[in-house]
Amino acid sequence: MPSIQHVLPKKGNVLVLVGTMKGAFLFCSDASRKRWKQAGPYSIGAPVYSMAYDGRQGRHRLWWAQQSFRWGTSLLSSDDFGRTVTEPETYSVKFPAESGLTLKNIWQLQFPAAEPDTIYCGVEPSALFVSRDTGKSWSPVAGLLNHPHRAKWTPGGGGMCLHTVSPHPTDGNRMIVAMSTGGVYRTSDGGATWQARNQGIRAEFLPEKYPEFGQCVHKIVRHPEKPERLYLQNHWGLYRSDDEGDTWKDIANGVPSDFGFAMAGHPHDPDTAYIVPIESDEYRCTPEGKLRVYRTRNGGKSWEALTRGLPQKDALETVLRDAMAADPLEPAGIYFGTRSGKLYGSHDEGKSWQLIQQGLPAIVCVKTAVVDVEAAHPRGQSGAVERKKTTSRRANPRGVRTRAQ
Amino acid sequence: MPVTVRIPSYLTAFADGRNSIVVDAGPVTAGGVLESLWSLYPGLRDRIVDEKGELRQHINIFVDEESIRFASGLATPVSEGSEILIVPAVSGG
Repeated sequence: MPSIQHVLPKKGNVLVLVGTMKGAFLFCSDASRKRWKQAGPYSIGAPVYSMAYDGRQGRHRLWWAQQSFRWGTSLLSSDDFGRTVTEPETYSVKFPAESGLTLKNIWQLQFPAAEPDTIYCGVEPSALFVSRDTGKSWSPVAGLLNHPHRAKWTPGGGGMCLHTVSPHPTDGNRMIVAMSTGGVYRTSDGGATWQARNQGIRAEFLPEKYPEFGQCVHKIVRHPEKPERLYLQNHWGLYRSDDEGDTWKDIANGVPSDFGFAMAGHPHDPDTAYIVPIESDEYRCTPEGKLRVYRTRNGGKSWEALTRGLPQKDALETVLRDAMAADPLEPAGIYFGTRSGKLYGSHDEGKSWQLIQQGLPAIVCVKTAVVDVEAAHPRGQSGAVERKKTTSRRANPRGVRTRAQ
Repeated sequence: MPVTVRIPSYLTAFADGRNSIVVDAGPVTAGGVLESLWSLYPGLRDRIVDEKGELRQHINIFVDEESIRFASGLATPVSEGSEILIVPAVSGG
């Protein structure tokens, strides 16, 4: 087993959270975002498809989902950047027995700004779970669990996953989710009902090209300051919506391929978004062996290739749907990870790129956070393992296990 | 009827560190013994069976030397003095 490294972030540090097929990693830098310290791996050997940082209300809590092919999928958290990890004794995210469904994976974690104690997670098979008590207890959102379309949702190549959860930044009743396949759904009544919102999105693989639902949407990003503005990377197709999903407009103008998975929005400019085009759904590698991020700065009217610092020869890479993210600084940092285990970052909005790390396991998740509180100082030096006695079931009424990493 | 259950190392964290647990089980099936085990250590259940109560795909349960997959599943009979082994499968990638 590899030794586990730790970081102790300071206020203002940037974290890049990296989930891989063999565990989770953290990368930490000051605001310059030029030198990175690596921490992890956590959940060694387990696929980690979702990670997130909850910095609301003074918390500094890391969350990630550990998908053990043996022991099932569980949701873990840490309040000290991975030194000690809390795992529920009984799994907190699970389907009710009467649903006939069993949890395969957790694909997405979201912390709505408008509801500081609420957490959402999108799972496989496609469903949305909610916790109203900062992750202590979870329940499926019934309106989506019992949706009449469910029987016709089918798995894409990655499984039947609900991979995008996008709460409205100010209205707790509104949310967009997306699944492969199934497409886009929106609620405006707090999850009681959900309407398919796929008008204008093509389903290349179906006889009916523009069905009400059934599209294989790969990723959606929403702009926080202009929440009706959405960008969508489809299984063939790039789209923008200016009415929170009511209609979608094709914006694949000047990209080498409109197939792809990953997408990131700009934190400040609603006209700017980033993608990594992939050649086709059969090949699923970067076109022409060139690793290029494409950026639009005009809402998709045109796209430009960003290549400085990225390999432009023999780079047969794949960037998966959750493996791209932006940080909120000015200028924004953009990050992505490849299936070949390379993590790239840009501290200047994509103008230039740095290979932050290579040789990682296949990367499936990249998220960012800015630490806004001083971390609780653990005993010992950075890198030391803090020992914590495993609590007994009786002595721990919350039913959680806390163990040192 | 005492039955010994052997716990794999990963799961000992959810069994007070124990790798062997004697269950005084009334029922005489593998499933009955496991139900008794869950009542002692609830954290073991979710990691061995799924929401439907079915054995996870990559976990094997042996009653003495017989895999219950090739016997009667959770209904496999257990005799007094039997040993139940919970063994992670040699699968992965």
